[in-house]
Amino acid sequence: MFNNFDFSVILPSLPYIWEGLMFSFRLTVTAMLGGIIIGTLLALARLSGGKTLGFAAKTYVDLMRSVPLLMMILWFFLLAPFFIKITPETSALITFTLFQAAFYSEIMRAGIQSIPRGQINASFAIGMTYWQTMGYVILPQAFRNMIPVLLTQTFILFQDTSLVYAIGATDLLKAADNTGKLYGRTVEMLIFVSLIYFVICFSLSMFVKYMNKRIAIIR
Amino acid sequence: MALNYKWNWGVFFETIPSGDVTYLTWILHGLGWTVAISLCAWVIALALGSIIGTLRTVPHRGIALIGHAWVEFFRNVPILLQLFIWFFVVPELLPRDLSMWVKQDMPAKEFITAVLALGLFTSARVAEQVRAGIQSLSRGQRSAGLALGFTQAQTYRYVLLPMAFRIIIPPLTSEFMNAFKNSGVAYAVGVWELVFVSRQMVEETGGQVIESLIVPTVLYIICSYAANLLMSVIERRSHVPGFIVAK
Amino acid sequence: MQKHHLLLGLVMGLIASTATAQQLDGTLKKIKDSNTITLGIRESSFPLSYLDATQKPIGYHIDICNAVVDAVKSRLQLPKLETKTQAVTSQNRIPLIVNGTIDMECGSTTNNAARQLQVAFAPTTYVTNVLMAVKKSSGIKSLDQLSGKPVATTTGTTSVQLIRSHEKGKNIDFKEVYGKDHADSFLMLETDRAVAFVMDDNLLMGLIANSKTPQDYAIVGEPLSVEPIAIMLRKDDPQFKGLVHATIANMMKTGQLTKLYAKWFNSPIPPKGVNLSVPMSEQLKAAIINPNDNPAENYKK
Repeated sequence: MFNNFDFSVILPSLPYIWEGLMFSFRLTVTAMLGGIIIGTLLALARLSGGKTLGFAAKTYVDLMRSVPLLMMILWFFLLAPFFIKITPETSALITFTLFQAAFYSEIMRAGIQSIPRGQINASFAIGMTYWQTMGYVILPQAFRNMIPVLLTQTFILFQDTSLVYAIGATDLLKAADNTGKLYGRTVEMLIFVSLIYFVICFSLSMFVKYMNKRIAIIR
Repeated sequence: MALNYKWNWGVFFETIPSGDVTYLTWILHGLGWTVAISLCAWVIALALGSIIGTLRTVPHRGIALIGHAWVEFFRNVPILLQLFIWFFVVPELLPRDLSMWVKQDMPAKEFITAVLALGLFTSARVAEQVRAGIQSLSRGQRSAGLALGFTQAQTYRYVLLPMAFRIIIPPLTSEFMNAFKNSGVAYAVGVWELVFVSRQMVEETGGQVIESLIVPTVLYIICSYAANLLMSVIERRSHVPGFIVAK
Repeated sequence: MQKHHLLLGLVMGLIASTATAQQLDGTLKKIKDSNTITLGIRESSFPLSYLDATQKPIGYHIDICNAVVDAVKSRLQLPKLETKTQAVTSQNRIPLIVNGTIDMECGSTTNNAARQLQVAFAPTTYVTNVLMAVKKSSGIKSLDQLSGKPVATTTGTTSVQLIRSHEKGKNIDFKEVYGKDHADSFLMLETDRAVAFVMDDNLLMGLIANSKTPQDYAIVGEPLSVEPIAIMLRKDDPQFKGLVHATIANMMKTGQLTKLYAKWFNSPIPPKGVNLSVPMSEQLKAAIINPNDNPAENYKK
């Protein structure tokens, strides 16, 4: 099977793979930004001490963490048309953001909890409100501490974008798979696309390592 | 648009075409395989991940590098692609007789391939957590161990690892849940687990698509929720006072 | 008794009045209101519905659907009607029809009684035989030679069930292996993980034509099943179904459909310009003479 390996199919399919890659990036970046914002709010809700709010946030996070992402993507796409008109791309953007928010919220919660309690007390002592304390004192530090973990979660997210095949959106993997099938060259295309994933994720991982050294708060 | 769908929950008690079991039996059977794949993969991931994660922290450059290479190698390609490579590419690299045996005669070949792929993929992530756990301990602990006359190995065995593992229970729980949810990829090589059964049920019932998809989803939720609850009990029992570490 | 007659008359009157009013409803109204029609397509259901080298959906069923779209345009007097496509899978095609995301599925769906509970079908436009692909060098001619050997098929297809029934009926035992899609199942045959791949004949022909060494493979065996393939529509939508039915029946009558068949099954087709050379089956000829949406159950001997 490997004596007639033919990588020539890759060249004509590059524009579609590039398009797919761009969709994967768009999805990753949107879900990361949206997810971190919503996730931070969820984390604050859980730590606010409000009973109902905390419980609601916890339930949301636990539920999201229990559902396989693939099922979540599929269900949202099947149910959404009963309420709104939606394209597979928009559906994927919304699902990924809502789903990733749960994971980012756990990271931010850990980040907030890693800040010594004394800092909160100190802020209250100088007359700051809860939200001021969080906004000016705790979150900037928590965020900084957690950047490596947030980025790690982001490349898990990048790899998971391949699950959008379930709703007929075309990402990096799907674009490669489609062309591979068209020419009967699935093996070549999938090895090629594995290399793309590897190069991207590996570079990101090196970047995380570098950031880790640069920004760690030394105690 | 009105929902023009004919529900039939009774479908689970119907017999599969040309078979003598009900769809419910089928689904439960699928759940059994899902649990088996996840647990076996988790054993591999935890064992290898602990070793690799520990190796990454030892004060020896070469060994730490091997650990690092392992992690980067297994976590940077999506699991579905890794599984594809294990199943379709790796056997072709073996000598012909061995290759044919692996492809045709090896018992439970699909199950073994899926467990191996998922186990190795997850091991890279477990290794990262173990490393983070060890590195979150203050440097004094290692020094204290060595000062007491422990060897490097003994310091790990009696001082560092027991602490590190207790600290990283929450993130390990997440990794286990991920492994459980990722086990669904095993359908791609033909293991009759939940995703496979669900796809097959969609086809064989002809029309009861929604039922065939809802039940596996709910089973996934129940199982990972249960795992989460169990782990949070263990977490509370083994909590180290004064330590909070990142997930 | 009299009361019942009164009620019956009332109901009949209501039906008659809605029928004569000719107001748009169902899918046609939806298309008119949104000025778009969405076609569900498959990405690799050769040669009925697949993506070409520029990722554009093409195929025998796509051409038929485009003819239906033209009919919709003239019926609604919407020459600028926008046509969208949405890739579907065997998992989500029925829910996507039911929830209104797609208006027609132009893929390769078997029309069977169970599916008719949820959806409706256009007249049968292709009849597939479930056969098997083997390597010529293996010398295999029939399923019965496969006892104890690995046989591939694709998850979530009827073939899984057909193989099971065949084993039970003949009291033999295959070692089944399952690919997640047809390309994977074919790869199993190619890499000797399986000695045969059981699937719809049109799909097997497409896979072989596009493989690295088409001359190495053959399609053999006795059909495990004969199944009518049709375009899928929403249920309980007589207006749209009527239009689709009339359009396709007319294509059958005027010989347009036979021409399309020749274009996709007896001439070179993208991407490699291979000619599948499949003569039209007797069952399809019968379905063209007498356009119908009979389910697979009617094709069983």
